[in-house]
Amino acid sequence: MSRPRTLFEKIWDDHVVCQPAGEPALLYIDLHLVHEVTSPQAFEGLRLAGRRVRRPDLTFATVDHNVPTLAAERSIIRDPIAAQQVNALRRNCRDFGVPLFDIDSAEQGIVHVIGPELGLTRPGITLVCGDSHTSTHGAFGALAFGIGTSEVEHVLATQCLRQQRPKTLQVLVRGSLPNGVTAKDLALGIIGSISTDGATGHVIEYAGEAVRALSMEGRMTLCNMSIEAGARAGMVAPDETTFAYLRGRRFAPKGAAWNEAVACWKTLPSDPGAQFDRVVEIDAAALAPAVTWGTSPGMVISVTERVPDPQRFPSEVERSAALRALEYMGLRPGTPIQEVPVNRVFIGSCTNARLEDLRAAARVAKGHKVSSKVIAMVVPGSHAVKQAAEQEKLDQVFREAGFEWRESGCSMCLGMNPDILQPLERCASTSNRNFEGRQGTRGRTHLVSPAMAAAAAIAGHFVDIRSWEYRD
Amino acid sequence: MQAFQLHTGRVAPLNRANVDTDQIIPKQFLKRIERSGYGQFLFYDWRYLADGKPDPSFILNHPRYAGASVLVAGRNFGCGSSREHAPWALQDYGFRAIIAPSFADIFATNCTKNGLLPVVLSDPEVAKLLLNASQFEGYFVTVDLEKREVRDQSGFLAHFEIDDFKRKFLLEGLDDIGLTLQHEPDITAYERGRKTFATPAST
Repeated sequence: MSRPRTLFEKIWDDHVVCQPAGEPALLYIDLHLVHEVTSPQAFEGLRLAGRRVRRPDLTFATVDHNVPTLAAERSIIRDPIAAQQVNALRRNCRDFGVPLFDIDSAEQGIVHVIGPELGLTRPGITLVCGDSHTSTHGAFGALAFGIGTSEVEHVLATQCLRQQRPKTLQVLVRGSLPNGVTAKDLALGIIGSISTDGATGHVIEYAGEAVRALSMEGRMTLCNMSIEAGARAGMVAPDETTFAYLRGRRFAPKGAAWNEAVACWKTLPSDPGAQFDRVVEIDAAALAPAVTWGTSPGMVISVTERVPDPQRFPSEVERSAALRALEYMGLRPGTPIQEVPVNRVFIGSCTNARLEDLRAAARVAKGHKVSSKVIAMVVPGSHAVKQAAEQEKLDQVFREAGFEWRESGCSMCLGMNPDILQPLERCASTSNRNFEGRQGTRGRTHLVSPAMAAAAAIAGHFVDIRSWEYRD
Repeated sequence: MQAFQLHTGRVAPLNRANVDTDQIIPKQFLKRIERSGYGQFLFYDWRYLADGKPDPSFILNHPRYAGASVLVAGRNFGCGSSREHAPWALQDYGFRAIIAPSFADIFATNCTKNGLLPVVLSDPEVAKLLLNASQFEGYFVTVDLEKREVRDQSGFLAHFEIDDFKRKFLLEGLDDIGLTLQHEPDITAYERGRKTFATPAST
């Protein structure tokens, strides 16, 4: 019998085109997703070298980072440099034969939301995109990772990447998540536990009862934030939840090919006895709703805790980082995080803007009003998510509560479009990065789950979602 | 690609851990479609005050570090976004090598694709370089990729690891895509063997 292998090893082995002596493996890429920000220089490189896109049929593009989220601004992008970048993608897709889900198409959305919902993301494939949150797609048991523009050009030209084999890390989540604790809180809990470079050089496989119990949406949130722990990729083994999600989706296998695919996908989970380079165990029962207090996703506490005292950190590096973060965030050590007021709330991003996320936020918002001191917006992850939410009348719930209901895109997760924080504004955000200036120069970001963000919008400060008064 | 063999240059100490690529180049500068000209935007929010004037407290604005071409920083340098604009900005500003105890994976790859050398040294070695750069005006080091070492003129010597292929790639300034295309027959053969369900179903 052959040596037991992990999910990662099976996908890796299946995609090695060749392993020239003394060189990294040449890895085949099954799916390449492209967006407007990290691709123009790659297409230009092809042009200069007289190269073509090898597999336009395995390449799909959309516009998400730059696009305005106000309906009236969608047809003509007012920012001339953003418009130029979107137009560059249109021209590149036309010239190189790459399908584009443009701003007005029914398939448009954040690249990491539309891949799965179109059935492009499938178990066992390799998937890349010029975007670090490509790790999201690992939720399907795919090997999915972010790349830079030079590698985008390399994949366009060759459909391959030269890759050093990463190490493997199993994150084993024991027990089940308590009520009110979501995949987002789990992700933040893991990062808080292993730190923002705890998984550098590794591919994470998330396993355990709590992970199995997650919906595909939850698994995507979890895998999405793998990069925030430094991981090359995050993965969850495919199971019936995965197959049920994919069946019937537009680009998913059909008929006999579906049965053949599922039979193959069932062989992907890590074999009993397969060895990981490292294993980290997390106790799900010990987790609580999370709020970040600093300028790195690892600077996180539970909603019942106080802003930490930098002097209590063990190393000088951590002490100085914490001091700097508190100064930037305008917070005092010892302040209960629930007493910290917010003026902005952003519900969106590739981390938390799928239908399940919007349902969770709407359930909190229903029958309540957004605080008069808060501007809150909901930005669906894709046009399809927006439509589905509107069919369930979630838009009405949000609007009645005083949230703005926007068109899909990356929006205030990184503020490349007009949706940005003003200096010193404090935002409860369902996105993935609380870096300095991430949502706008000198803006202050606290990462939370969708339910926690909605509750903060209404209360005007952070609240423990476990004691929320639901009015549904 | 620009080759890297040996470089001697002034050291700028950036004593911070987890410097993310949003700091290296903020998002408002990612909308350009060119590959050059990003140096003016490097560390923009740290380099400039709200009124657009240089912030005198930021290390790269100190006259003594003018013309620095070797950046020394804390662990997990380059974390976050995959934007290759980060190494483009560092390189366009004039940096040829970055020395830190660790780098984020995507950032390190992006650097080597552009001939900007990420050098991993131990915590004490990095601490020593940070100290030397802040104590001695005009502190220079030599980064020698052939010998895999960083040295100065007063006895500092540290060896670093880099895999053989990456080293050869940088030393010779190879064309990555051209190299892969030498394996075109292997790629074609691989593609013939793919299962149909591994490709998107036609609709």
